[in-house]
Amino acid sequence: MTSTKKQIAHPLDDLLRTDRIPHIWCPGCGIGTAFASCLTAMKASGIDLKKTVMVSGIGCTARGAGYVMLDSYHATHGRAIPFATGLKLANPELNVVVFSGDGDLFAIGGNHFIHGARRNVDITVVCVNNLNYGMTGGQVAATTPLNFKTTTTPAGNPDGPFNLPLMAYASGATYVSRWTILHTRDMTESIKDALLNRGFAFVEILSPCPVNFGRRNKESALDSLRLYQEKTIIKNDAHPTELDIDFDRGVILGKFVDIERPTCIDRYDSTCRPPELFNEEKAA
Amino acid sequence: MVLWRVPFDSEEIQTTIGIVHILEDRCKGCGFCIEFCPRQVLEFSTRFNTKGYHPPLVIKPDGCVNCHYCEIICPEFAIYSVEDPTADQQAAAPETEAT
Amino acid sequence: MRPAVLTGEHFMTGDVACAEGALAAGCLFFGGYPITPATEIAEHISGRLPEVGGTFIQMEDEIAAMASIVGASCAGVKSMTATSGPGLSLMLENIGLAICTETPCVVVDVQRAGPSTGLPTQGAQGDMMQARWGSHGHYEIIALAPASPQELFYQTIDAFNLSETYRVPVLIMTDEMIGHLSERVVIPEAKAIHTVSRPRARGRKDRFKPFEPGPNGVAPMAIAGEGYRVHITGLTHDERGYPDMTVEGQEVMMDRIVGKIRNNLEHIIQTESYRLDDAEIVIVSYGVSSRTSLAAVDEAREQGIKVGFLRLITVWPFPEEKIRELAARVKGFVTVEINLGQIHLEVERSARGQAPCVLVGHAGGTIITPERVLNVLKESF
Repeated sequence: MTSTKKQIAHPLDDLLRTDRIPHIWCPGCGIGTAFASCLTAMKASGIDLKKTVMVSGIGCTARGAGYVMLDSYHATHGRAIPFATGLKLANPELNVVVFSGDGDLFAIGGNHFIHGARRNVDITVVCVNNLNYGMTGGQVAATTPLNFKTTTTPAGNPDGPFNLPLMAYASGATYVSRWTILHTRDMTESIKDALLNRGFAFVEILSPCPVNFGRRNKESALDSLRLYQEKTIIKNDAHPTELDIDFDRGVILGKFVDIERPTCIDRYDSTCRPPELFNEEKAA
Repeated sequence: MVLWRVPFDSEEIQTTIGIVHILEDRCKGCGFCIEFCPRQVLEFSTRFNTKGYHPPLVIKPDGCVNCHYCEIICPEFAIYSVEDPTADQQAAAPETEAT
Repeated sequence: MRPAVLTGEHFMTGDVACAEGALAAGCLFFGGYPITPATEIAEHISGRLPEVGGTFIQMEDEIAAMASIVGASCAGVKSMTATSGPGLSLMLENIGLAICTETPCVVVDVQRAGPSTGLPTQGAQGDMMQARWGSHGHYEIIALAPASPQELFYQTIDAFNLSETYRVPVLIMTDEMIGHLSERVVIPEAKAIHTVSRPRARGRKDRFKPFEPGPNGVAPMAIAGEGYRVHITGLTHDERGYPDMTVEGQEVMMDRIVGKIRNNLEHIIQTESYRLDDAEIVIVSYGVSSRTSLAAVDEAREQGIKVGFLRLITVWPFPEEKIRELAARVKGFVTVEINLGQIHLEVERSARGQAPCVLVGHAGGTIITPERVLNVLKESF
């Protein structure tokens, strides 16, 4: 049986700015799936949604902040993480989620990612990796695999891409995982764990970009999903050094880091706000 | 999914029956739900929605097992399933090579 | 905890006075990065903020520093950063973000000679036009120029008040001379200090429009985590905060962002006049060059020349009206500034050809002497 009445509501409509749906993402783009997964994970985690905020930079993925029915901040290109740091330090009760793309977080925003992870700011970073700069038409990114065609590498990409989980691990992230949009339930469960992890949590999500990346590399959205189905292997606890993306060899997915260490605020409070000062005041 | 023999408890196991709801005007015709439905319940309709895409059509109304995969893979918030409260839960028997 | 307001008489540098002014204004977040000659502001406030319940963080670069203070302000906290020319150049994009999203914050520029790395330890006043137009696109901004550590203390409080009232970033354009000068700074009792906080959102959470202006043209602000679920974006947006990619949307948004300043000029602009009533020649200056100008006025008067001094406390928005009024009755203007002619251009523009305008400028690195001002004045008029 089907029902196609216009009045029906999707289960996630309460977390969507439904007056802005349909969203701008292309047919076959995986960002919508990753975004829906993030919303489902937020609900399932039990965190206080009133105090949950989404921060993003600029790009296709970053447009997600405009569709979520939460306090959301669409900041400048690459600067979502320092913006999120300011929000979190000013009000530690906020649950800050950064939802942005690979170019935004790792090229222009690379330095900020490293320091956010180093400081272990208690935020969750969901990075949708579509291997290019989609919004501006499909330029090469720090994550574009070798030899792929993009608008700024018409003869093929001469540079090798970053291994994002390795960068996150090396910088000190307390939760690191990678999934594809096809592995939807694992992805949702992982985002939920990342939200509940105390510290800088990072989830990489591989997604097709059929119009700007796939089209130039003879890969339709369904081709990408079949690739995710056939050429990936789930290997939780794989060492981050094994995780570079090579679809011929097979891409490793899973949860690679899940630890706890003192957060930025924990350390600031214990180091810079010594209790003696408070006791002094109480005594006075 | 086709099984190579009939499971011994196939008479006792209850398979959920689901109802698929489609918000046609949100659909962008990507085909993910059609491609990945484990029971091949969906196909492209010949109808156009207001944006000019072909939304999915349920071709096997009794085939949906409420797995929610179409719901979670859809990038557009355009499709979801709910459990059918009225259906006879024993109605859906597994397909086997023998049948 | 030590108090935010250190009431009493102090002997402190401009940088330290600035930090104490911020605390007196209620600043509870500083996101900084070291740069000569502003580093001392960060150093001093890094120790003081935890004492008053605030948070200090040294970010990885000035871009991150500015982004962090905009974020902190969105969470409802008065926030500030301090830098010099090269840092301000990096902060401009996020200053634009604060302007477009109407987020209050204070940015201190302790100016030094540029361009580029320039003379890192030597002051100048060369960032004045950058303060006004540095970020891309068209907008209005407020910039103050203190002439002493005492004034830097008070102007930091004023900067926060203006920023919170008009929901706009406010720049404090000081310089290395004032920043590193030690002088007497009297900090009054806390109850004598008037502080202002941003107008806050009230009413139904499901119908709130984050950019619907109030009576003075400024929209009440919803803070993150209150339940208003607002969307704040740097894209051109409508009153709901939603991106509005239309020409009409752009016009409406610009009207609001520019209008809230331009329609409130009489509440924002502050100048100080010295011996202006019968002046035939007016010296226009700001910041450390005010001290040069005052000495020049007195010396000129001794020599029988009727010179007066108009000190710009608010440099942006520029007091065009004041200059225009004076231009009708004086013989000429002399702008004194440590650059090769920036505010001088504004004076010239505002005078509209009614009176000649002369510049006493300097490439940067040192103060201008009163003798030089007097010589130029005598030669020109």
